Amino acid sequence: MAEAATPEGNEPTNAVETISEAEFRRRSRRSFLTGLAGVAAGYGGWRWIQGQPADNRIPGILRDVHELNGDIWQALYDPDRMAPTFDPSQARPIRVNGRHGVRDEIDLDRWQLEVVGRSGDTIGTHTMDDIRELPFVELTVEHKCVEGWSEIVTWGGTPFANFASWYEDEAAAPIVGMETPDGDYYVSLDRDSMLHPQTLLAWELNGEPLTQLHGAPLRLATPLKYGIKQIKRIGTIMFSDERTPDYWWERGYDWYSGL
Amino acid sequence: MTITEPPPTSANDVEPAPRLARRKHSRAIRWMHWINFPVLTIMIWSGLRIYWSFDVSRIPSVRFGEETLFPEGFYDVLQLDRKLARGMAFHFSFGWIFLINGLLYVAYLAASREWRHLIPRRSELSNAWAVFLHDLGIRKDAPPQGKYNVLQQLAYSGVIVLGFLAVATGFAIYKPTQLAWLTTMFGGYQSARLIHFVVTMSFLAFFVVHLVQVVRAGFGNFWSMVTGWELDRG
Repeated sequence: MAEAATPEGNEPTNAVETISEAEFRRRSRRSFLTGLAGVAAGYGGWRWIQGQPADNRIPGILRDVHELNGDIWQALYDPDRMAPTFDPSQARPIRVNGRHGVRDEIDLDRWQLEVVGRSGDTIGTHTMDDIRELPFVELTVEHKCVEGWSEIVTWGGTPFANFASWYEDEAAAPIVGMETPDGDYYVSLDRDSMLHPQTLLAWELNGEPLTQLHGAPLRLATPLKYGIKQIKRIGTIMFSDERTPDYWWERGYDWYSGL
Repeated sequence: MTITEPPPTSANDVEPAPRLARRKHSRAIRWMHWINFPVLTIMIWSGLRIYWSFDVSRIPSVRFGEETLFPEGFYDVLQLDRKLARGMAFHFSFGWIFLINGLLYVAYLAASREWRHLIPRRSELSNAWAVFLHDLGIRKDAPPQGKYNVLQQLAYSGVIVLGFLAVATGFAIYKPTQLAWLTTMFGGYQSARLIHFVVTMSFLAFFVVHLVQVVRAGFGNFWSMVTGWELDRG
């Protein structure tokens, strides 16, 4: 096979290297065929992705990459990294974006939090009075929706880690699941994010008790996750060794959804 | 197959000089260029699916339901509406390819020293206006240039900056808590989103001008990005 007068090396491609027209035609043909094969491979790959069996509403391979991304960011996770906090005066009212699990009014006085252990058995129930005994903190952070909007709000409540200290052995489980009393909405989160000091069980929003549609009497609030993970009106908390059901994961979203 | 020497400097040959093809783009550049094109297209397409769910023109307003930047028909025709989950799935998958291809490109430019073709020399910047007038057909002669003229250099080094900004603001939006320092650097979460969007629009603006200029430069120039060589004009 004939080679060009100058080697096809890595030196700057000034117009000094030349080949004959015949050699050019030969290379053109080869490049054209390579390009054609590349286009075919690209198109085939695209169709292959689109044709993948769905894994909870998205092509399986994309679900795999979501999981890989989750693994990467979980490995890089550092509990000392904090979401930026703001002055409480910057807090604003926030829209109600989802009503799953909070549509119906409930009698807040009769509400109880059920705790399910790793075995699947109920291992405790608590009233709001119990929860309020835990140290109260206020946290002004930017609440972020998976849709892209965000709002600075002040949450009042207690770090979930305080609550978890009541269940030390159970809280070693890698997964914390939560569910509304009616079971309409449910989330599943990793332990690291749940035990982060900025992850709260909240009962106040902007200095007021939570309204029904914002999740009274008790909800999750954390700047480590999108709003889809910050379940309102928690009825059950489950410590689990396996992932528990997650409402938006089932509808095509990333399970980890970490910020 | 004949192997030809570099063209003679004197043009006194009796016979017409054989046509020669000159080396223009290395194989690495060609591969990275053609991989980037569909990958960036997928990034913009999946990005608009994410964008649909909260039109950036509302930023930083706290009021919702205002007019959106794009008319509804835009989303309908391109099937961008109500596909947020799929948009995110594609965006956070293909983003890695965009990132790796971009890093390889920059590393290649550094290792091969081809960056010298792309970075405009200070002394040549003053030619920009003359090149601009020449491109518009107002001025006949073009200033002397190397592989690229100064406007090309500005455009081609500019898209590297755009790529860097796209990735940096992308991570700032993707991990605003874990990478809070990065998000803060871009002026906060919504500011980073806005910059990310403006960068996207700048990519599209580059693409339009690039396409027009490639068409104007003719098939031989375009083909050189496929073959690596461009045939002398006869």
